[in-house]
Amino acid sequence: MSTNTDAATVPAQRSGSDAPRKPAREQRFADGGGILNVFSHGFLALWALMIIVPLIWIVLGSFKTNAQIGGSAWSWPSHWHLDAFSRAWTKGIGGFFANTVIVLAGSLTLTMLLGAMAAYVLARYEFRGNRTIYYFFVAGAMFPVYLALVPLFFMVKNLGQISPLLGLNSYLGLILVYTAYSLPFTVFFLYSFFRSLPTAVHEAAMIDGCSHTRAFFQVMVPMAKSGLISVFIFNVLGQWNQYLLPVTLMQQQSGTDPDRSMLAQGLMNLAVQSGYASDFPGLFAGMTIAMLPVLVVYLSFQKQVQAGLTSATLK
Amino acid sequence: MRHRKYPFIVGFLFLPVLLYVALVIWPYLQTFGYSMTDWSGASQQMNFIGLRNYTKLFGDSTFLLALQHNLLLLLVLPLVTILLALFFAFMLNVGGRSGTGGVQGVRGAAFYKVVFFFPQVLSVAILSVLFQGVYRTDQGGLLNGVLVKLGLEDANHPWQWLADPDLGLWCVVGVLVWSGVGFYLVLFSAAMQNVPKDIYEAALLDGAGRAQTFFKITLPLLWETVQTAWVYLAIAAMDAFALVSTMTPGAYYGGGPDHHSEIMATLLMRNFITYGKAGYACAMGVVIFFITLVLSVVSLRVTRREKIEF
Repeated sequence: MSTNTDAATVPAQRSGSDAPRKPAREQRFADGGGILNVFSHGFLALWALMIIVPLIWIVLGSFKTNAQIGGSAWSWPSHWHLDAFSRAWTKGIGGFFANTVIVLAGSLTLTMLLGAMAAYVLARYEFRGNRTIYYFFVAGAMFPVYLALVPLFFMVKNLGQISPLLGLNSYLGLILVYTAYSLPFTVFFLYSFFRSLPTAVHEAAMIDGCSHTRAFFQVMVPMAKSGLISVFIFNVLGQWNQYLLPVTLMQQQSGTDPDRSMLAQGLMNLAVQSGYASDFPGLFAGMTIAMLPVLVVYLSFQKQVQAGLTSATLK
Repeated sequence: MRHRKYPFIVGFLFLPVLLYVALVIWPYLQTFGYSMTDWSGASQQMNFIGLRNYTKLFGDSTFLLALQHNLLLLLVLPLVTILLALFFAFMLNVGGRSGTGGVQGVRGAAFYKVVFFFPQVLSVAILSVLFQGVYRTDQGGLLNGVLVKLGLEDANHPWQWLADPDLGLWCVVGVLVWSGVGFYLVLFSAAMQNVPKDIYEAALLDGAGRAQTFFKITLPLLWETVQTAWVYLAIAAMDAFALVSTMTPGAYYGGGPDHHSEIMATLLMRNFITYGKAGYACAMGVVIFFITLVLSVVSLRVTRREKIEF
């Protein structure tokens, strides 16, 4: 690395005259900070504006009228009615919300349980085929979902012939699919986490006559809490925002089939409908409603969210 | 004290593996099988036609156009996102005016990180609807509204953004960059914080400027992270389905105007769902699969450098 050579020569020349006189306070880059600092702040502030302004613009839009939205981007809402919000809610956002919560409650529980079980066994027990199964799981995280979409559609459709509870446009079917597609990453992440935990506690529990299953649930799971939380947050966001799978699998199968759209999917449908009915305030209100829980979760857990998502990719 | 190990292992692995094989591995494998048939998708009837789907694919001018667009995305998206993210991360961590400590980030770094990262947690559906509003072609669109206000464009001839054949795809790239930069910024930031401060301090004692510090210290030490980011962005560039299919004009799964923003994923879905050419769609899937595979392997091998321990 070239840094080493630089570092080797320069201090020798400097140390005699300059460095001792300089108090620690004034250590700074040779090119000062002034202009560059303004410059960098400018760029950072600009990018921050580019993110905040569109979002606020949408929220404001839900208070405007159709004519105002179509007329000029700079119009200001004339009165602060919540009509658009109630319209959006009755048009189905409320239902989509409930659907999403039902599916996520099931799929997240299942993902975490099955993912932790598989990762734990793979990380902590030696047996024939261990590596093969592990690589099998890891490989699944590499490829885009839509490659499997065609056969998956028919797989779920066939499941529906076993029981209507499992088929297309069913909660349970989607729960299983979400779980299956979250497993590779969950196993991959928790595998390295379980490996990094100390073995002594587990051994002590085993000597005391604890069964393997109990050792897992009462000793290892509590010890792995921080890793579990990271991957949980990752899965919450991933599944909450999933779009492709519900669009393919959660279409109404007949006229009498209830609409079980997920939030992201329902919002897109609403966007198409509002385009026809020119109800842009309603659409913007729907978006605001969909963004709000994400914003609340994000702001309250932003440290964990950032740490969880990035450590996930770094490992 | 010895409990029987194998029933436990099998008991714990059975359900996850079953679910995973049935709903993930098996469909992936089936895609390969179907790609050699003339299956329509509607019935179970199909004939084995060998590699004919593939030969047809590479004579299909729309597919080649879509492939070209994907390769363009592949080139531009990682480059722009990584450069912006690196720049911002460097500013946040090392770019600040130094006070009592030698090296530090700019003021408000935590705030910037929270804001920049936020788009990452928004659903693609929200991104899509949001940017359809931003890219509106009349003055009600945020971007046109701002540009007219700034006097940068003529109010009577507003830009067509997504509806413009030459601009459509770039608008989608813009959304991908907008939402992605924050994530990679936080990723690079975390990596930069792992670099010991004394390395920077040594450099600035030696009179290194910011640019020099960045290119001679930060970048080499972050190389591995940049490489990871590259692979992730490459995979994202091969995907981009949700945004293109919902934002760009076109009757089924977007791709318009007139295939100018067509990508392989939208073409695949249109062939599968709309045209009933499931076998052909599967062949496209296999091509995308191999491109992704080759990309990941190549970018991990070619860009490999010596690992620097610190």
